[in-house]
Formats: sequence, C-alpha cells, structure tokens
Amino acid sequence: MIDISESVMQFLLAFLVVAPLAGAAAALLPAPPGLRGTSPDQAVLRHGVTVTGAVLAAAIVLTLGFDHDRPSRMQATTDIGWIPALDVRIHLGVDGISLPLLVLTALLTFLCALYSYFNMPAGPSPKAFVALLLVLESGTLATFAVLDLLLFFLAFEMVLIPMYFLIARWGGEGRRPAAWRFILYTLLGSVVMLLGLLLIGLKAGTFDMVALATDNGRDITTSVQVIAVLAIGIGLAVKTPMWPLHSWLPDAHTAAPTVGSVLLAGVLLKMGTYGFVRIALPITPDGMHTLAPYLAAFATAGIIYGSLACLSLARTGARGDLKRLIAYSSVGHMGFVLLGIATMTPTGVNGALFANIAHGLITGLLFFLVGAIKDRYGTADLDTLAGATGAALYGRAPRLGGLLAFAAVASLGLPGLAGFWGEMLALFGAFRPAEGLSRPAFLTFMAVGAFGTLLTAAYLLVVVRRVCMGAKPAPDQPVLPDVQRYEFAAWSPLAVLTVVAGLWPAVLLGLTDPAVQKLLAGGKS
Amino acid sequence: MTVAAPSAPAAGDLVQSVDWAAIAPPTIAAVAALVVLVADLFVPKRRVKLLGWGAIAGLVVAVAALVPLREGDRSTFCLTTGSGACSYTADHFTLVIQFLVLGGALVTALLSLHDTEEDLPAGEFWFLLLSSAAGAALLPASRDLATLVVALEVASLPAFALVGLKRGDRMSGEAALKFFLSSVTATAVMLLGVSFVYAATGTLHLTEIAQNLDDVPARLEMLAEAGVALTLVGFAFKTAVVPFHFWVPDTYVGAPLPIAAYLSVVGKAVGFTGLILVTVIAFPTYADVWGPALAVLAALTMTVGNVAALRQVPTRAWSAVRLLAWSSVGQAGYLLVPIAAAAYSGDDQIGATVAYALMYAVVNLGAFAVAALVARTHPSNRISDYRGLYATRPGAALAMGFFLLCLAGLPPGIIGLFAKVTVFSAAVDAGLGWLAVVMGVNVVIALYYYLQWTAVLFRAPEGAPGEGTPADRPVPVKQPVPVAVTLAIVVTAAAGVVLSGYPQFVLRFAADTLF
Repeated sequence: MIDISESVMQFLLAFLVVAPLAGAAAALLPAPPGLRGTSPDQAVLRHGVTVTGAVLAAAIVLTLGFDHDRPSRMQATTDIGWIPALDVRIHLGVDGISLPLLVLTALLTFLCALYSYFNMPAGPSPKAFVALLLVLESGTLATFAVLDLLLFFLAFEMVLIPMYFLIARWGGEGRRPAAWRFILYTLLGSVVMLLGLLLIGLKAGTFDMVALATDNGRDITTSVQVIAVLAIGIGLAVKTPMWPLHSWLPDAHTAAPTVGSVLLAGVLLKMGTYGFVRIALPITPDGMHTLAPYLAAFATAGIIYGSLACLSLARTGARGDLKRLIAYSSVGHMGFVLLGIATMTPTGVNGALFANIAHGLITGLLFFLVGAIKDRYGTADLDTLAGATGAALYGRAPRLGGLLAFAAVASLGLPGLAGFWGEMLALFGAFRPAEGLSRPAFLTFMAVGAFGTLLTAAYLLVVVRRVCMGAKPAPDQPVLPDVQRYEFAAWSPLAVLTVVAGLWPAVLLGLTDPAVQKLLAGGKS
Repeated sequence: MTVAAPSAPAAGDLVQSVDWAAIAPPTIAAVAALVVLVADLFVPKRRVKLLGWGAIAGLVVAVAALVPLREGDRSTFCLTTGSGACSYTADHFTLVIQFLVLGGALVTALLSLHDTEEDLPAGEFWFLLLSSAAGAALLPASRDLATLVVALEVASLPAFALVGLKRGDRMSGEAALKFFLSSVTATAVMLLGVSFVYAATGTLHLTEIAQNLDDVPARLEMLAEAGVALTLVGFAFKTAVVPFHFWVPDTYVGAPLPIAAYLSVVGKAVGFTGLILVTVIAFPTYADVWGPALAVLAALTMTVGNVAALRQVPTRAWSAVRLLAWSSVGQAGYLLVPIAAAAYSGDDQIGATVAYALMYAVVNLGAFAVAALVARTHPSNRISDYRGLYATRPGAALAMGFFLLCLAGLPPGIIGLFAKVTVFSAAVDAGLGWLAVVMGVNVVIALYYYLQWTAVLFRAPEGAPGEGTPADRPVPVKQPVPVAVTLAIVVTAAAGVVLSGYPQFVLRFAADTLF
C-alpha cells in the first residue's frame, strides 16, 4: 500500500523473529534504572507489553509495505547461509499465505501480554512468564516466516518448551499431566515429521521451500512422496489437531491459563495447517494426491466427533467444562480447515486459510471470555455456572453476556461474521475436488461436514442459553463485575476484526488467492 | 608409538625419521604425566595445587600442539617398502578426536582441581589422568592393530585406578573392580580377534587388512570372520554397547564425579574411535555383516539406556549420576547410528558421529560440572536435590537447563537439535528408516526424563511456599564455589551457546570425508 524499500522490509521481517527473543533475554535481567516501575513484577509485565507492542507495530508496517498487487511473490526475503554442512539457510520471506498469520500471531500475543499486565495468572514470578511468552511468540512467527525445511522444524520445536512451562507452571487443575501429554504428543509427531522433511531434502537435494515448491515434486518419485507426506502429515496432524490424534488438546486447554489457551488455539494450531499448505501441497503433490481422501475422511470424522463431544459436554448434568467444550469445538473447526486443504483446489485451500484466521480470532475471543467467566465465578463448570435455570449473564453482566453470545454466533458460522466464509468455501471445495480425486467420496464428506455445521450451531446455542439466559438474579446474589476497561481493550480488536472479515472477506481472500493458485500450480503460473 | 612397523622386511631401511610435530599432542600429555609424577616427590603438601595447575598447563599445551597440524596431512612411522602404510596418521579425523579427548581431559582436570586438595592423592591422580589422556589421544591416530590395542590399554588401565582412587570408599573399590574385570575380558576377546585377523591377512596395518581381507584363502575365511567379530565385540564392550553395558551405572556412581564425567566423554570417544577405525578402514569388506549388526545394537543400546534412565527414582541416592550414566548409554546408541549407516552408504556418514560426539562432549561435561557443583552441598546427589537450584544459583540452573535440553535435542539447545538431525539424516540417507523411527521414539523417551529434571531446577525450593515472594523465603547460605568448577561450567556453557548460534563449527565434520 505504501512504498517501503526492500531492505527496510527485510529488516522488519527479521525484527519480527529476533525482537521477541531479545526481549525474552532482557526480561530475565533486572530492569534498568528509569524503567523499574512500581514493582519488579509490574516492570517486567510492562516490558512484555512493550516488546509485543513493538512487534505488532512492525507487523502492521510490514503489512502496509507489502505489495498487495503481487501477493503470490515472496517479499521481504532474506537468504543467508547458516549451516553449510546441512545446507540450512536462514531464508525468510512473506507472501499472501503467511502474512495474515504473522499479523494474527503478533496481534494475539500483544493482546495476551496486555491482558496479563492487568490480570496475571496465579503462579510463580511474572519474569519467567513474560520471557516464555516472548519465546513462544518468536517461535510461532518464525514458523510462518521461514522458508527452509529444517529451519521450519526448528521453529516448530521452539514453541514446545515455553508452552510446556506455561501450562505446567501457571495452569489450573491437572496441569502437570496435561503439560506432559501436550509435549510428548507433539514431540513424537514432530520427530516423525523431521524424518519426512529429511527424506524430501535428501531426495530432492535441497531444503529450500521455494525451490522445492517451484519444482512441484518433479524430482521426487511418487512412492517417496507418499512416505514423506505420511510422515510430515502425522507430525502436522498432531499439532492441528486432527481426529484421532487430538487427545492432548482438551486437557491442555482445560489446564492452561487463559492466555495459554488463547495462544494455543489462536496460533499454535495454525502451525499445523500452515505446514500442510506450505509443505505438503506444493512440495509433494503426488503424495498428497494419494493421501488426500484419507485426510478428508479423518477431517470429516473430526468435525462430527468435535461437535458430538461438545453436545454431550453441553448437556445438563454432564459437568462439562466450558474450556474443554471450546477445545473440542476447535477439533471440529480444524476439521473444516483440513477438509479444505484435502480438496486440493484453490477454493478449498483459500477456505482453509480463511477458516484458519477466523478460528484464531473467534476462538481466541471465546477463550478470553471463558477465562473471564472462570475468574468471576471461580469455575468454568457448566452445571455449576448454570444452576437450575441458567447463569443469566445477560442480566448480571450484560456486556460480557453480549460478547459471549456474539462470539458463539460467530463461531457457529453466521453469515456476515468471519466464521462463515472459511467453512463455506471449504465445503464448496469439497463439492468439486481437484481432478483425480474421487468426487462421490468428497460429496459425501461435504454432506457430512454440512451436517456438522448444524451440530455446531446446536451446541453453541445450548451454551448461550445456559450461560447467558436464566431466571432474573435474586437481589442477594453478589454483583458480578461487567467487562473491565482492560478486558474491553484486549477483546474489542478481535470482535471488530471478526465483523470486518465477515463483511469484507476480500481483504483476506485477495491476499491468499493468488498465492494459493501459484502454490497449487507449482512454478508454472 | 613404541610399536615399529612389525612386518618391516629386514632388507629395508630400518632407520627412519620421526615427525615429532605430528606425534606432539599425545607425547606432550605423556611427558606432562611423568613430570607431574616426579614433581609430586618434591612439592610440599601445602603447595599441592601446583601439580594440578601443572597438569592443566600440560593439557593446554597439548591442545595447542594440534594447531600446527590443522592441514591434516601428516603421518609417520610408515613402512619403507611395499604399500607404505603408516602406523600414525594425523588426518582430520585424528585431530578432531584428539581435540575432543584432550579438551575433555582439560575440563575433567578443572573439575577435579579442588578434590585433589582434600580427598584424592594428588600426584597419583594427575599422573593417571594425564596418562589416560595420552593413550586416548594416541588411539585415533593409530592405523595398525597393535598400536590400536596398546593405545586402548594405555587409555583404560589408568582409568581403573582413577575409578578406585577414593580412599576408604567401599563403593569406589567395587566400581573399580567391576570396571576392571569387564574391561579385561573385553581386551582378551579383542586380542584373540586381532590375532585371528593377523593370521588370516598377514598384516596389522588397517589399510592392508582391508585389501587382504578381500582375497583371504577359502580355508581361512572362517578364521577371518571370527577375528572380525571378536575384535568388534571387544570395542563394543569399551563403548558400553548393550548387551555389554552393565558395568556403566555402578562404575559411574562409585567413581569420583569428575572421573565419571571423564569416562562418559573420553572413555566413550576412545571406544567409538576404535570402532570406527576397525569397521570403516580395516573391515569394509565385511560391511554387510557388521552394518546390520551395528544397526541392531544401536537400536538396542538407545532403547535400553533410555528406558533405564526413565526408571530412575528422583529421590534415590545418586539418582542424578545414575541418570546421567544410563542416558550416556542411550546417547551411545545414537552415536552408533551413523557408523551403521556407513556400511550402507559410505564413510561420509562417520562425520555425523564425530559431530554428535563433539556436541555430546561439550554438554555432557557441562552437566557433570553442574552436578559436581551441586554435589558439594548435597553429597548424595539425588535429582530432588536440584529442586530450586534457580533460586539459589540462577546461573548454574540456567546452564544446567541448557545442557539438559541440548542432550534432549530441543530448542534452546539448538546444537543438540541439529546434531540429532545429522544423525537422523545419516540414517535416512542410508535407507535405515526403521532405525530412524526407533531413534525418534527414543528421543521422546529421553525428552521425558531430561525435561523432568529441567523442570525440577526451576521449581520453588522445598519448604518454601510456591507463590510467596522471594523476600519471604529463608535466604540459603551460599557456599563459595571453587574457581575451577565455575570456569568449567562457564567454558562448557559458552561453547554450547556459541555452537548453538553457529552449529557449522561442529557440523562441518558431518559434511566432508575426514579420512
């Protein structure tokens, strides 16, 4: 939009990856004089807000400087050698696929830092908390910015340790086993993924994603491609998570602190789907072609499984935890994303990328809201909250209730809000999958997926009824504080963007579509 | 170096000039050992620290002597006729391993400096350590079986004494005896193997063995095969490869802590170097035999080591050292993978073992250095003793966390991650997919216990409320730390950090042929 020289763009992208790391190291050091604040804790939390704010600002400037007329071209690229022995290069770049994810990550991390500044989760010192949050941000941003397979793996692994400690130290009940399950599952997945990446790199002779994508898998035999996609897919599917590899997710979300859940759902899950789009589709198209129907089948199973699990959690007397419920709903939503990718058509993949962003915004908001409810009531247990008639949030904290209803409706895919377009496009893609894929199978998946949207609507409306509505509160009940100013500041960007993306989807689709077309066509377009 | 070419014909020119610069590194270590032993007679009791600094200086000079050799093209003690095979070669492989061995001995010396003032007899200790280091430095350069066996024994015999050096400690003696018996068995088996190979091929030079094994007379074939197998078994013993690993945990626990560190790094390096030399240089003809065998042994070794490490109870006495001991068995399994891969796709894979060994040496010595620090206040060295280390010694805790994550191979331990990537890539390249998958599972198992230990470091100290402010907690009394131990931790941590920023320093060995 505005003209920024290429070297500044390069700097901005490198800054996005490096600044949080430097900030993490700085957070561990004592604050310099003049920046001490009222207490060491306050100073370090403010440091977190400053650094993530600077990163967000850099991401926004990067977006402004991005050449929106040619989003399929890699921009702001840096390519320097790092480990010649392994042929690993520090190759960074951003195109229409990664740009929205970079901005989403920077935004969500900033909002989380802001939220924790006012509402630090209970646990040990905030110093480590801020440092871990920043390392996490650096790892996710690096995942979306790097263009080298081994560097991608490094960035993918970088988020594990911070997330483990965030859950294990600042989490709620059952946090230790949940944190272990999270890290062991994802590590096992990513080791298998590493084998697939190495197989590709060794057979094709390069680890450079751009070169490999341009090559479009011509140098790799189909059998190798199938094995590589299987290995890489397992690693990415654990992270996404795809049913039946999802079982780490509900526990991790239930135990994680609010900001941990927001980041886990908002950005960490996207690393898996991004990997499918960036690696599996362009680099090993033949292998993906063979395995796409299975991926679609698992994705559809995930849609139905996630919604049914949510429905059973939302029942009266099921003692369902709201955070767990939203975690299961993520399994369903990510199912739509995977279904879109499995169609291997521009429509489906665009839908998947759109649903990715929409899920980050909406589920991030939902986790914030549920965290706030848990803070106020001391529990997220649906039965305890709802009591006999309902929690009556509309009556007791109208703004909070209104926002919750808004987020729930957005999540179920109401037209006009962000949740709608992605899932619709994914289903459209399944209606006419790529050539060579079995159309009847995909039509079945489409029908089942469409039925899943009905189930999704059902459980979300049940949740809204039980949490937001209810008998008029008795006068002797304690007053619930409504949305505070800082909460408003942290949540309103998400709500606004949900509406904007819903009303003006071209903002996102205009970015992703050319890039997706190019990826699917290999070097040809 | 004492072994002249054994098969030199009488007619040849028996007088040859010795390239003293090439053999300087092991020679300097050996000379320093003798000097320290003699000096011990004259140095008064209260100045005993001088001996330690003398030994350290000797090792530093030995390391420095590697610099002029960096071209990697020297060799000496060569046959004057025929193939011209040499007994001592200072190629890149030799130099890297010599650097590893001497550097490892140097860190061990730093760690033991304080102990020798109190518990250990100084003169004997330094003499034994330096002799062992000299043997270990000679081994990678040896290119005939006789020199190889002599070097191996020079490296091992002092190690038995070092393990048993704790005065009046029953466990130390028992550990030394176990180590001695298993090692002597290994040597006996290996010598038998070597003699069979000699009988079948008529030479001791590794390169000539490789040629002659190709056309062994049919009636000697059985003998040659048995010789190869027995020689490999001997080296497997030394490297603590499953099923020859049982001596490791007891020996490590009984030995003085720095010696356990020495065995885990230098002792391993010695075994692996020998294994690489005999497999890749001497017995490439039998690659179809030792390749699959080593692959199976690698899978077994890493699984057994990691599962045993996983089963360590953190509150048991010496659990920290036991865990490090078992995990070193597991790591030995990873080191074997590229050697096995070399059987399928050529010697280039050996570089991955060398790169991994360098990484492992740095971070494992670092972990032992922190363990030595903690052992000063908690002599029984349980893993639970590390709880709250961050509160009392943040620097040591951060370093330990870094070392453990390097061993686990996860960021921020980037060098650990990439060293594992090279090993994985060797396996994938050689088509050993199943071994790569077994290794992947093992990496996850290993992560569990390494991360558990890391988490303990940062937990609130025992007795202090988890959420109290630091001011509420009783201020622990800090004991002063010996300078040498701090130096060892700082050096290893700095090396680890630098390597993480620029892994090419060690990974370059994975890319080229070293021989």
